[in-house]
Amino acid sequence: MDKKKSERKVVLVACGTGIATSTVVAERVKKIIDDNGINADVIQCKMSEVTSKESGADLLVTTSILPRSFSIPVVNAMGYLTGIGTENIDKEILKYLKD
Amino acid sequence: MKISELINEELLVTNLEVNDQWDVFKVLFEKLFKNGYVKETFLEGIINREKSYPTGLLLGKNNVAIPHTDAEHVLKPAIALATLARPVIFRNMANPQEEVPVKIVFMLALNSPHSQVEMLQQLVSLFQNDDILNQILNVKGGDEVIEIIKNAAL
Repeated sequence: MDKKKSERKVVLVACGTGIATSTVVAERVKKIIDDNGINADVIQCKMSEVTSKESGADLLVTTSILPRSFSIPVVNAMGYLTGIGTENIDKEILKYLKD
Repeated sequence: MKISELINEELLVTNLEVNDQWDVFKVLFEKLFKNGYVKETFLEGIINREKSYPTGLLLGKNNVAIPHTDAEHVLKPAIALATLARPVIFRNMANPQEEVPVKIVFMLALNSPHSQVEMLQQLVSLFQNDDILNQILNVKGGDEVIEIIKNAAL
């Protein structure tokens, strides 16, 4: 089933416990969404919870290792913690959400 | 909530001499447990989490680690901090095959992610400020660490 362009997108932000690094990343992703007027929701979760949420989501953003491959695009957001390449991460996330 | 509200002298140890990350966990857990911040199960939670999702952050010169675990093991939020006399090896959060020699360990006792957004953002700013990490590594006593963090414009 094709999604309409106007449909609200869902971004999963995951880390090992879904409590620390994903909080920082989720705030940043929410800001990107707001700043660019994108119609999207952010859901913060544990890596182990991604399986049950994956089918309803459009993008996975994570600071964590990937235990397997996913059916949705994945953006590695480790740079938001280290400060390396943060603008490129912003661009990559935007690219997927504007499609 | 700011970092300075979650960190205090009883949760700090400077120039700690340990052989590995598991020893650091024990020392910092004891501080958190003795002072009533975490349950006894917290240590096991930390160890299990570290094995499946390591918490070493490769920053460049001064690498840090942020061991933490599920909220159910936490009674009230806090940060315990250790600076290490010699770096110990952690695994990289982004790539567990990679070893990260860590000099500063921030053990996070978090019980609700959303109320701690500001603190977590400050912590990340701190990691990205090598000058402040250097200052923290060069102090003599824990009270100085608190001063540095309070005075840092994060």
